[in-house]
Amino acid sequence: MNLTLKIWRQKDSKAKGQMVDYKVTEISEHMSFLEMMDVLNEQLVNSGEEPVAFDHDCREGICGMCSMYINGEAHGPDRGITTCQLHMRMFNDGDTITIEPFRAAAFPVIKDLVVDRMAFERIQQAGGYISVNTSGNTQDANNIPISKHAADEAMDAATCIGCGACVATCKNSSAMLFVGAKVSQYALLPQGQVEAADRVKNMVAQMDLEGFGNCTNTGACEVECPKGISLESIARMNREYLSATLKG
Amino acid sequence: MALDSKVPKGPIKDKWTDYKNKIDLVNPANKRHIDVIVVGTGLAGGSAAATLAELGYNVKAFAYQDSPRRAHSIAAQGGINAAKNYQGDGDSTYRLFYDTVKGGDYRSREANVYRLAEVSSNIIDQCVAQGVPFARDYGGLLDNRSFGGVLVSRTFYAKGQTGQQLLLGAYSAMNRQIARGKIEMFNRHEMLDVVIVDGKARGIIARNLITGEIERHSAHAVVVGSGGYGNVYFLSTNAMGSNATAAWKIHKKGAYFANPCYTQIHPTCIPRSGDYQSKLTLMSESLRNDGRIWVPKNMEDVMAIREGRKMPTELSEDERDYYLERRYPAFGNLVPRDVASRAAKERCDAGYGVNATGEAVYLDFASAFERYGKEQAKIHNIENPSPAKIKELGQAIVEAKYGNLFQMYEKIIDQNPYETPMMIYPAVHYTMGGVWVDYNLMTTIPGCYCIGEANFSDHGANRLGASALMQGLADGYFVLPYTIGDYLADDIRTGKIPTDTKEFEDAEKEVTERINFFVNNKGTKSVDYFHKKLGKVMWDKAGMSRNAEGLTEAMAEIKAIREEFWKEVFVPGTADEMNPELEKAGRVADFLELGELFAKDALVRAESCGGHFREESAELDGPQKGEAKRNDKDFAFVSAWEYKGEPADAVLHKEELEFKDIELKQRSYK
Repeated sequence: MNLTLKIWRQKDSKAKGQMVDYKVTEISEHMSFLEMMDVLNEQLVNSGEEPVAFDHDCREGICGMCSMYINGEAHGPDRGITTCQLHMRMFNDGDTITIEPFRAAAFPVIKDLVVDRMAFERIQQAGGYISVNTSGNTQDANNIPISKHAADEAMDAATCIGCGACVATCKNSSAMLFVGAKVSQYALLPQGQVEAADRVKNMVAQMDLEGFGNCTNTGACEVECPKGISLESIARMNREYLSATLKG
Repeated sequence: MALDSKVPKGPIKDKWTDYKNKIDLVNPANKRHIDVIVVGTGLAGGSAAATLAELGYNVKAFAYQDSPRRAHSIAAQGGINAAKNYQGDGDSTYRLFYDTVKGGDYRSREANVYRLAEVSSNIIDQCVAQGVPFARDYGGLLDNRSFGGVLVSRTFYAKGQTGQQLLLGAYSAMNRQIARGKIEMFNRHEMLDVVIVDGKARGIIARNLITGEIERHSAHAVVVGSGGYGNVYFLSTNAMGSNATAAWKIHKKGAYFANPCYTQIHPTCIPRSGDYQSKLTLMSESLRNDGRIWVPKNMEDVMAIREGRKMPTELSEDERDYYLERRYPAFGNLVPRDVASRAAKERCDAGYGVNATGEAVYLDFASAFERYGKEQAKIHNIENPSPAKIKELGQAIVEAKYGNLFQMYEKIIDQNPYETPMMIYPAVHYTMGGVWVDYNLMTTIPGCYCIGEANFSDHGANRLGASALMQGLADGYFVLPYTIGDYLADDIRTGKIPTDTKEFEDAEKEVTERINFFVNNKGTKSVDYFHKKLGKVMWDKAGMSRNAEGLTEAMAEIKAIREEFWKEVFVPGTADEMNPELEKAGRVADFLELGELFAKDALVRAESCGGHFREESAELDGPQKGEAKRNDKDFAFVSAWEYKGEPADAVLHKEELEFKDIELKQRSYK
């Protein structure tokens, strides 16, 4: 198929960006979206132009590196996937596709479609861990039974890949689905209970400090989340936060 | 230099304990004055960085990704082995050790493997304490699954995302230390050289991938945990950015590179579909627990399926050739990876491949749906369930186990694997070879360590499933943090290593000159053009089966591609900005050297062992006819290559392998 691409080009974080039009031809429906971008970049390199910078790495939907806002949707028009798993069969010959970086005040653009997600790092450094040193003397892994249900629910929250689609898609640029997922994973496991109150308070404080917006329950984040993280995790975070602040 | 593996004396089961009791330690007050650089933040690098910081060292960690959590360990799916024997099926440290040495086709170092098996249990304890949500059974205890090449169930897992969960565990431990200031994290940085001062590794030169700035970083020791070199094939299951640059740079500065030809071609990957393909996707080996691999028995059916006239589900049981079950009745679909890959290639080379390219076999879950479905019907007291009901119940169980993998498959291939069998074909996945290290995990450069997939030590010529995660975390959590102390104990009075010295200046100059060459060369061909060309030579001549003629040609061809690369490569943009093409150029330049050494190593090793199959060395008759033939008399050694300029001039050093605790046998899975 032949396509017109409207892509955000921005030299660096300080430069002013703009949308630029490109044409690509003979795109196979079996290509992934990023392979289509490879074709465009090879074309640009061969004509002596600078290729479009975009983040990507594992190309199997797990590293969370690839971002892109495609036709007004984080990771494009399919559900439950990242951009690297989006396939061109979702598009038609002759389509015009708009490709922008994830947009949020807390995710400044580094170049073209590459954004800085260090805010997520700092939120996790504020408390996204259990304070246990490596020693080789920790108790046997089976000493504390954990109900299958709780373990499965913790796993569902822990599948978050930290891509930032929830933030990019939220009209308030809220990071509550991301933080909720992290808080939930530990809140559901006995090992995480000891520091639960401090954890949720510190992570929420850091989240606010980074300039993410608040949650107004539109649920867009849940729809766009490539890993199907549920809104329940936001509710759980709110409960954890409330009980932590009441305890003082 | 003679190779000294520094394996401690004494019985194998006491070596590690005795050794730990005797090595030098650094007292906590002195650790504060010692800096350690860790390059790479996957399971090995991430766990090492966190543990070294917990111990009190000042750690500087480097990742080319925007977060340590994105290192490619994240993509490991199936699980992690540990000799817990929770299932009571006869597992033990010795059995894990034995399986790993046997699975590696007797080409690994016994003492290292035993230590790995010994610490494996601690890894699970540690990860659970960190909050890793491993799968559990209804009693609340940890669940296990089986993997290829073993007869026990010792693999711990978190759905099909075990690597992700373990890496997030190590990453959370890192975050705690980053918050305390004990780890200084350098995201989006790439190590471009190691700095040697007075014969010791004392720092690195790194490039800030956002600004292009070249930075000097000093430390008392340098740890490289930068992963494997599978991307030398261009197409592999590695991440796009996975590269050998850090490992190759230390090789060029004196670290020997061991067994480069040992590569794992993983049997269960999604087949390639066209020339535009940028990478291949793995389907976890755990699927072989429940999936059966087959191709049609009759050529007419193959043709009908390829032309779309027949569906695979229309073939009856006797029209199918479950070739692994046929050839290897004892292990069936759970033979080790190298065996399963070669068997798939054998069927496809014989013309039985089931897709348009002729390079695909089926992985079929129909019998698992039925088996689980019947079991569920019993559990739920459903009398005389219809076949449809059984299938539905069975599918739910399979979905709970591998749902994310089935979804991934459907998104890529656009076929529903619950309704039609998956198509799979082998792909490059893991490299057992790597930087040579001694028992301490130190390379032949004093003070320079190498851990995880980047080193060569534990998997011999073939890695068993779920052992990579085990090795990465064993090295990072439990081995390196001890052994490095023995070296650093001499450095408590050294003080900060200055970076304004000639050694740093020279290393930086070399790095800058190379970068400037790339952006100023203005050639006619893109970096990918050369990478694809290299990949094709590697796959055709140093892939699943190799021979002397092809390998000799490969060496000459790679050399020619390398020469053309340095004349004709075009890198757009400038050095002082984010420039992905420039990053790729540096990595491909290193692959173009590594590839040739790889072919040379494969040529010298005129035996078949593990993932390295030499056509000249196969069993000609008897019950093992056609199977790989190892030659212990002439090749029971590690090939450690010393850099001498051109890869063809590399000098071979041999570390003879001694097997005192395991008898060398032909690996039979029949």
